[in-house]
Amino acid sequence: MKKIAENRLPELYQALSAERKLYLPLEEGGVVGYGLYSPEKKTALTAPSTVKSPKELFFPQVEGVVNFQMQGKNIDILPIEMPKEDFVVMGVRACDVRSFDVLDRVFLSDPVDGYYAARREHGTIVSLACDQPQNSCFCEAFGIDAAAPAGDVRCFIREGVLYWQALTDKGQALTDSLFGLLEEAGPAGQEQQEAFTAETKEKLQALPYHGLDLSAFTPDRLGELFHDPKWKKLSQACLGCGSCTFVCPTCQCYDVRDFDTGHGIQRYRCWDSCMYSDFTMMAHGTPRPTQLEKFRQRFMHKLVYFPSNNEGMYSCVGCGRCVRKCPIHMHIVKVIKALGGKKDE
Amino acid sequence: MSEALIPMLGVVTAIRQDTPDVKTFRVEALGGGKCFEHMPGQCAMLSIPGVGEAMFSITSSPTVKEYMEFSIKKCGCLTDWLHRMDVGQQILIRGPYGNGFPVEGELKGQNLLFIAGGIGLAPLRSVINYCRHYRQNYGNIQILYGSRSKDDLVDYQEILDEWMQDEGIKVYLTIDRAQEGWDGHVGFVPSYVEELGFDPQGKVLVCGPPIMIKFTLQSLEKLGFTKQQVFTTMELRMKCGVGKCGRCNIGDKYVCKDGPVFRFDELSELPDEY
Ligand code: SF4
Ligand code: SF4
Ligand code: FES
Repeated sequence: MKKIAENRLPELYQALSAERKLYLPLEEGGVVGYGLYSPEKKTALTAPSTVKSPKELFFPQVEGVVNFQMQGKNIDILPIEMPKEDFVVMGVRACDVRSFDVLDRVFLSDPVDGYYAARREHGTIVSLACDQPQNSCFCEAFGIDAAAPAGDVRCFIREGVLYWQALTDKGQALTDSLFGLLEEAGPAGQEQQEAFTAETKEKLQALPYHGLDLSAFTPDRLGELFHDPKWKKLSQACLGCGSCTFVCPTCQCYDVRDFDTGHGIQRYRCWDSCMYSDFTMMAHGTPRPTQLEKFRQRFMHKLVYFPSNNEGMYSCVGCGRCVRKCPIHMHIVKVIKALGGKKDE
Repeated sequence: MSEALIPMLGVVTAIRQDTPDVKTFRVEALGGGKCFEHMPGQCAMLSIPGVGEAMFSITSSPTVKEYMEFSIKKCGCLTDWLHRMDVGQQILIRGPYGNGFPVEGELKGQNLLFIAGGIGLAPLRSVINYCRHYRQNYGNIQILYGSRSKDDLVDYQEILDEWMQDEGIKVYLTIDRAQEGWDGHVGFVPSYVEELGFDPQGKVLVCGPPIMIKFTLQSLEKLGFTKQQVFTTMELRMKCGVGKCGRCNIGDKYVCKDGPVFRFDELSELPDEY
């Protein structure tokens, strides 16, 4: 394990951003979000959470796929170069690190999504253990250890020192590139880590959603959960605004559209939302006509359909963003509590 | 790296007007031949830059080596455009997508009953012609095809000149309402199924508008067919075709990948969202 004093972090940022792009939580106009580091930016590494997740660094909100030129009856296909820039994203919390396992299941399964795969290959994730879980957090329910995030490098900050531990070859290579900037943490690092873990555990146990029970959400109960009459009441006030899907680190639905650039057509993909009314609209209608069906789809997918296809892995990491952002205060925890009554009750 | 969303180029080499609102387009690779191989019941994404992209079933049989065909009903922005284009137009194509009918699996060696309504013949035509090509691999073939009117029968000429001339293939046609110049059967597909009283053995392939499929299944069950014997193909909105954009998700299935062909017993386990 290595370490660096917290007040020397700007030096670390400089070093990390010297040879590659560095993204980390930045504060701008009171909003904290992942952004490209430069010395004049206001960093917010220890802010409790970012409004949007770091998902967009690997799966951008809008991304060109291919360009076309039309000439009479002829079409030219002009490929767009695959992403090939190395970058580091620093400060990723345990929940968001786990979200990449979920996204990997989607984008790295056959046929591999080349754009996502290229960014995963070129990106190094430096995680930061969480020491201020919020009341809306429930990562614990998914077996995520907030104090010991995965990633290529894992960091935690305690008593004015950032501790740094490479977990993968990529993480080791990044560590090696930092030359003399990091010091050996020695046995004190281990002690600090244990103390950090104990403190975080205590905080997690005091959270309002501590002990949230997911055991009712199993693939064999698909039909039963789908037909539960409670969906009606749960979905009643949903505005279909899609905020919950846009802030969610694991939501991956996208649209493919064409855009006239003035000198050709660009085909791009962009985030989409199952909460939107036209998501499944076809010429002769939609199989999900009301907000009830759309609302149900979002949560059934995360809690039942996705796990059914992925050995029980839920497509939610308990980051709490949708809990904080929904304008009508309806969210996945309320859904879990409402439908999560025990099987024989 | 292969990128699923990037299409390849094809060229439209023939256009046939089948009905007032259905045309059949022949698509070849630029140097001739097919853009890719497929199995009956599989689909392809067709698109025109700046107009749109959509999934269509490949109506020609894989046994045709020179081209692929698509029977497309005019019903929106892209299909309107396709209906207006001329031979020689280049077009973007990617695929094949989906599972297709199990012609080399469960359907092999079986008596087959095809039931189609309207444009629903498009995916079944691929299977029918495949089975005609490998005739010895299949039992009796019966085809029941219905549409609104005589003018709405897709592939009518091929049905008359080829299917009806084949030995061991029985073709039953019906139209919804009586019409001058039509001395065949008049009535809806589901009731014609009951009238004809098919022997409940072998496998059935049904394709057409959702409401027709629903009532046809009821008719088949009355005749003693089970859900395990009946296959259909589904139509949902699609964007990626590769199980990633989330668009065609029903329960734990993705229609673009796990479908579009489903057996009815599998379908009835899925949420009713199609
Ligand atoms: S569903 Fe909500 S809590 Fe779960 S990962 Fe998405 S935004 Fe976070
Ligand atoms: S659940 Fe809330 S955030 Fe999500 S679409 Fe409905 S109103 Fe918007
Ligand atoms: S069309 Fe994208 S998941 Fe099926």
